[in-house]
Amino acid sequence: MLDLLLITSHPVLDNSWINFDFDSLLQNFWSATFDGLTFGAIYGLIAVGYTLVYGVLNLINFAHSEVFIVGAYGVVMTLTALGFGPSAPTIGIWAIIGDLLLAMIVGMICSALMAVILERVAYRPLRRRNAPRLAFLITAIGASFAVQYLIFVIRGANAEPAVTMFVNKPVFNVFGTIIFSQQIVIVIAAIILMVATDLFIRRGRTGRGIRAVAQDPDTATLMGVNKERIILITFILGGLLAGAAALFYVMLVPSGVIYNGGFILGIKAFAAAVLGGIGNVRGALLGGLLLGVIGNYGQILLGDSQWADVVAFVVLVLVLLIRPTGILGTTLGRSRA
Amino acid sequence: MSTSSDGPRVMPDAESAREVVETESIVVKRRGPFVGLREKWDDLPRQGQWAWMLIVVAIAYCLPYLNFFPLTTEPGNDWPLACFAMAVYALVAVGLNVVVGYAGLLDLGYVAFFAVGSYTAALLTSPDSPLFKIPYLWTLPVGMAVTMVFGVILGVPTLRLRGDYLAIVTLGFGEIVRILATIIPAMKGQVGFQNVGHPPGVAENGIPIFANSNGTPWYWLTLTIIIIVMLLVGNLERSRVGRAWIAIREDEDAAETMGVPTFKYKVWAFAIGASVGGLSGALFAGQVGFVNNQKFDVQTSILFLAAVVLGGTGNKVGSILGGAIVAYIPLRFTAIADYKYLIFGVALVVLMIYRSQGLIPAKIRLLAYGRRARQLQAAKEEAPPVRPGGATEGASS
Amino acid sequence: MTDAASTPDESFDDTTLVEGAEAEREIAVDVGDVLVEVRDLTMRFGGLLALDSISFDIKRGEILGLIGPNGAGKTTCFNAMTGVYKPTSGDVLLEGQSLKGRKQHQITRLGLARTFQNIRLFGEMTALENVVVGLDARHRTSVPGALLRLPRHIREEKSAIDRAMALLEFVGIDQHAEKRARELSYGSQRRLEIARALATDPKLLCLDEPAAGFNPAEKEELMELIRTIRDEGYTVLLIEHDMKLVMGVTDRIVVLEFGKKLADDVPHAIRNDPRVIAAYLGEPEDDVA
Repeated sequence: MLDLLLITSHPVLDNSWINFDFDSLLQNFWSATFDGLTFGAIYGLIAVGYTLVYGVLNLINFAHSEVFIVGAYGVVMTLTALGFGPSAPTIGIWAIIGDLLLAMIVGMICSALMAVILERVAYRPLRRRNAPRLAFLITAIGASFAVQYLIFVIRGANAEPAVTMFVNKPVFNVFGTIIFSQQIVIVIAAIILMVATDLFIRRGRTGRGIRAVAQDPDTATLMGVNKERIILITFILGGLLAGAAALFYVMLVPSGVIYNGGFILGIKAFAAAVLGGIGNVRGALLGGLLLGVIGNYGQILLGDSQWADVVAFVVLVLVLLIRPTGILGTTLGRSRA
Repeated sequence: MSTSSDGPRVMPDAESAREVVETESIVVKRRGPFVGLREKWDDLPRQGQWAWMLIVVAIAYCLPYLNFFPLTTEPGNDWPLACFAMAVYALVAVGLNVVVGYAGLLDLGYVAFFAVGSYTAALLTSPDSPLFKIPYLWTLPVGMAVTMVFGVILGVPTLRLRGDYLAIVTLGFGEIVRILATIIPAMKGQVGFQNVGHPPGVAENGIPIFANSNGTPWYWLTLTIIIIVMLLVGNLERSRVGRAWIAIREDEDAAETMGVPTFKYKVWAFAIGASVGGLSGALFAGQVGFVNNQKFDVQTSILFLAAVVLGGTGNKVGSILGGAIVAYIPLRFTAIADYKYLIFGVALVVLMIYRSQGLIPAKIRLLAYGRRARQLQAAKEEAPPVRPGGATEGASS
Repeated sequence: MTDAASTPDESFDDTTLVEGAEAEREIAVDVGDVLVEVRDLTMRFGGLLALDSISFDIKRGEILGLIGPNGAGKTTCFNAMTGVYKPTSGDVLLEGQSLKGRKQHQITRLGLARTFQNIRLFGEMTALENVVVGLDARHRTSVPGALLRLPRHIREEKSAIDRAMALLEFVGIDQHAEKRARELSYGSQRRLEIARALATDPKLLCLDEPAAGFNPAEKEELMELIRTIRDEGYTVLLIEHDMKLVMGVTDRIVVLEFGKKLADDVPHAIRNDPRVIAAYLGEPEDDVA
């Protein structure tokens, strides 16, 4: 403990610079963990989109954060239309579940559509022209900003009005912390979706096609795989999962649907993908959960919610430096030059 | 298979015996608005090129006085301040061009260096800051040095990474600097630092020459700095440093095999780019007089990138043009100023598809004594030598 | 190693060019003493054993050919020697110095240069600039010197032009000096690759299938060029598939098969070696005479 006191009394680390709050972390350890897992599930779902596109195209799809946020807008608008406004009466549990499912489907469709548009409008023309890597990256970031600010122009600078989520009831009491039904639903749903995706990739013709194109696009074409179709499916798949993540995000952060809401989330999701192993669906889930938990700890430890972002970034850099293939390694394509 | 050359070179006159820096030339492209211009430029003798450049520089210095329609900004925007904004963006673009254009390293967080320069100037001149104070003009080199250190700190761990990863790491870094400026209490978040210093000099009426509202002296100061930076960057282009950067951009592995220490020069690119970014930030802080966490967001990084790409990646003159345009358009057409990120985001995508070389494609000279080579060739044409080793005359296909 | 920072001649006459093309350092031209030693070089990629304890020497001043069927490990061996791959075990010694674990640019500075099978020139640069990049490997100027145009920088730049033009002339493409590399014909590009590699002032020049895509006349010219390079004092290691070229230009041949060294002898012995014939060359009647 003495060392801790010495650290916190150091002039750089004194209160006006950085403040370590170990007490809060210890007190709230379990709730921090469960919160972290919940958010991590969302990171994981979004991370799959990054990881798949990177595996198949060797490209970081910066605009995937916008694929996600477009889905979130779809979800929020659907829910508002269905009556989940601030002063809505309570309705039956099955109606709620039905409505949420509908919202999720709408979100998935919106996200998948956005992903396809991106692929066709921004990336495919470059592939046709055999553009250098740098061009793809510049287009990706340009597209990301174009979509963000298109939303800004249409919907303004403020977040969408929050939808009331009346499904969040306490369920268990574990380690002195309450777990909420929302958290359980999100984490379990995310795991189910990821397992389904993983199975899809490991079995079945299309999944094989994806793995083939990721390993060696030219040979895959020679073997009769339709590369363009595979690329399209990859984008759609990432979009669908991002759309699901969008619903969960709206459940957790009802007031978080804003034009640039995808941006930081996207960076964190990408960090999660790298942490777990880029190109690897299971790695995306693992990385997401881990990053969610670590980020949450950092947030509590250092006292500001934005420290979670700093933590995600530091994790990204450390992983890339120390073990660029991530925890589970790459199974889909190659990561480092 | 090989395209036609530019024709026989003009024989050097006695002047070329002096060591004069070879002038920048504007490329010829078969299509596009500058067809033929570069050929004409190359054909000009050295005095001609210098003469034209002097005229352009003179016009540039007069810019704050060229306040007429349709050039001028709409009412509500001060024209000399707009000129200053264009100059700052131009300087930033020249710096970012070193990183992205020459070395081919996509830095998406360049605003972080800009921020570090601004905050350095603020911390060392503002009465709100607890640190010791120095005269404003000293914050320019100090800001450059501090930012260069940041650039090296960022670069050393990350420049071994592949291009995509470097891009997202720099994107994250830009965000981190902005976040740290908000959450570290000593950086004063949104409150910021007021009364940032300025160069000395007081006019007759007691008001400082370099006041926040008087864009013209600030513009001239920045323009002078731009000219100096251009000359220095030009020196680097025509040296092993510039050649190393272009080699790294073209084919990093081949460069490494040819003996280029790629990592070292990538870090140098980062360091130099960072220092120019910091310099711009310090100038910006001085003119505005106020530094807080609101101005250094990631969108600005993208605007900087758009400036370089629009003007012509790898071409320092193009970068100036691109920076000026990116700053000018929202100020001239205030109606669309809110749409500027949308416009430039779309512009990036469209440019990459249809004209990735930008407005002024790069065709930089990488040899300090390129003319000497042409003289050697001309001398040989008059007296073909005996080839060593018995290789046949005109052996290439 | 002397660097190329000599004071250049101001006159542009023939002597300067001829002298400029010569290697600017002391060359031990006695063929015989060992320049490069490859010792038990082994390369494993996961479960695949690409090179199995290869050992051979390269003697100063000789032209050594490295041949073998596809998949034999020639390119892998090449890459392991030039630092592209890190050997799983074994070592490569250049004048007694181990190259293992060194970065590629360090290996080039120690005196081992290579060309690429699929031409890897700097497309946007002119032929002259490409060669000067190779010369830069020996320059000592760094960023401050270039920034401020210090005397050493000026000296090195001037001598670089002279020497680069001489090298271009040496390989026969000096009339294309100002053309962008990507605009050159295929044959000129191959020659430019060689000029660029020579510019790094190597002791050993490694050529990776330099004749790929050449017609017979061009191959003749290439053979002449390789002999000239050797006459200038360079040692040459050559991977090639064209047997006529290999038999015609090399002093000694090393044959690889399935990652192992099969034979190591003079060309006519290799040509008649039954193991090599069985593995690679085919029946004696099929030999290209």
